[in-house]
Amino acid sequence: MDAFLSSLVSVAFHGVAYGMILYVISVGLSVTMGLMGFTNLAHGVFAMAGGYILVSSLANAVPFPIALAMSFLIVAAASVVLERLLYSRLYGAAELEQVLFTIGLIFMSVAVARLIFGTLQQPVILPDYLKGQFSLLGRDFPAYRVFLILFSSAMIAGLWFGVERTIWGAMVRAAVDNRPMAQSVGINTKRLFSITFAVGSGLAGLGGALGAEIVAIQPTYPFEQLVYFLIVVSVGGLGSLRGPFVAALLIGITDTACKYWVPQFGAFFIYVATIGLLLWRPAGLFGKRT
Amino acid sequence: MSQHVGYSADHRLRWTEYLPWIAGIAVFFVLPEYLSLGARVLTYILFALSLDLILGYAGIITLGHAAFFGFGAYVTGIMAAKMGITDPLIQLFASGVAAGLLGLLTGAVILRTHGLTQLMLTLAIAALCLEIANKATDLTGGADGLSGVVIAPILGQFKFDLYGKTAYLWCLALVFCGWWLIRRLIYSPFGATLTGIRENSMRMHAIGAPVYWRLVVVYTISAAIAGVAGALLTQTNQFVGLNVLGFEPSGELLVMLILGGVGRLYGAFVGPVVFLIAQDFLAKQFPEYWYFGIGLMLVIVVLFARGGILGIIDGLVARFKAKKA
Repeated sequence: MDAFLSSLVSVAFHGVAYGMILYVISVGLSVTMGLMGFTNLAHGVFAMAGGYILVSSLANAVPFPIALAMSFLIVAAASVVLERLLYSRLYGAAELEQVLFTIGLIFMSVAVARLIFGTLQQPVILPDYLKGQFSLLGRDFPAYRVFLILFSSAMIAGLWFGVERTIWGAMVRAAVDNRPMAQSVGINTKRLFSITFAVGSGLAGLGGALGAEIVAIQPTYPFEQLVYFLIVVSVGGLGSLRGPFVAALLIGITDTACKYWVPQFGAFFIYVATIGLLLWRPAGLFGKRT
Repeated sequence: MSQHVGYSADHRLRWTEYLPWIAGIAVFFVLPEYLSLGARVLTYILFALSLDLILGYAGIITLGHAAFFGFGAYVTGIMAAKMGITDPLIQLFASGVAAGLLGLLTGAVILRTHGLTQLMLTLAIAALCLEIANKATDLTGGADGLSGVVIAPILGQFKFDLYGKTAYLWCLALVFCGWWLIRRLIYSPFGATLTGIRENSMRMHAIGAPVYWRLVVVYTISAAIAGVAGALLTQTNQFVGLNVLGFEPSGELLVMLILGGVGRLYGAFVGPVVFLIAQDFLAKQFPEYWYFGIGLMLVIVVLFARGGILGIIDGLVARFKAKKA
């Protein structure tokens, strides 16, 4: 009984850690897709870039907090350039064109990652204070995962405060609900979108960096993880913050539980559950019905 | 999208439509050392034709068309390696029917949805098939692939030879059948409703067309053709691996079709030829540059040349004619 209980706690703990990572990465995708209706399949590229920035700065003895900050800032800055130069040309274009364009970006980024880092998975060299175990109520938890959950929670709280309580957040919500109306009351939606896109991509970079120890950083990352990010967004519902959070936690815990208890089925249950859920509620758990 | 092909257009064969077949037969005699590559190209032409039918004509965006291709490939592989059914015609038929049934089943479900949800469902179904093939190692060989595929002579007469002559002609014959079927479909009233749904599904609803059922039917036909293409791949390679399933082959197929030109029927011929020949020469020596190249090409086609290679040729021809006049 105690063995079962401790495996239950362990699955819940690792599942939550994984779910947090998925949420931090995917939340930007949910907002940009809800805001501009842009189908950005290349979102995983930003997460991969963040992961590579963290891994290579740690390997060059950059302190961990600075490496994390860099993975956010560099990815956010790079995404603004991409958005202004390329993405903005396809706003309002047909869905097929956006899909093809972003698949093209994935192929290019996979090639660049292979060219620079090779095909092997990158090891994460954690600082000493994040190694080892953290004991609570007589159980040991890996210190890094504890840090991960706490840090992500703080960030998510900050993000929610930003969206729900600040003027910027109010503008974003207004633009998601009704863009022409938001524009006509004088909100500069173009600039708003650039900023939101940068924050969302930066968060993806940060999520990729934080999760580098859980989700291996390798060139095929944007292809392999794409399904998970899209599941989070489509199950959670476009344009919402709460929906993807619930979806990410559900997926994180289910995926961890399946890999722990029934590894022979792999990701089978996740896909079946996603298909079933989307048939039940095509707009996702918290999406607006259209 | 092209305006030249469709119900309202002249359905008679133009002289340019003989060219692929002349080229196909010429390759057999002129380039005997490239017949195995040729068979591969032909297989992908059939696969691309099936995608063009739903993407180019009916406007269904899918990221998981390889599910049907891979399913067909595995059905033939399992029949040949595990069940001892080696007749190629029976294998093709079974693969086509099985993939068609999968298409009917999944199509009936995903075609009720739109946009991101639909895109996500096609991807999830393909991922599910990949996961099943990966885990059901007893049946599929898992990550090692399924070897020991035995194929009997076609009609008991034509053995699959070492030089790939039989395989090439076999593929050519099936591409011809697939092309004939799809061309008939496109120029029929059925094809006209498909184009109508692609252009404006609200209006098609309004004039009383059974939009949902038309889409389910075309999705099923397309899945069956993709399944036959998958069976061909197994028969010519005598091996099935996991790389026939999942997002990457679906993505590569999209690239081929876009490169050739979507919704123009012959884009499905041009795309695989250019893509696979380039891949054969470049991918092994420079894999990184190759991937970068296809990515860049997709971006360029989307931003600057939406009709693909055939679109560019059409544009040049139109300009040439305008100058003459």
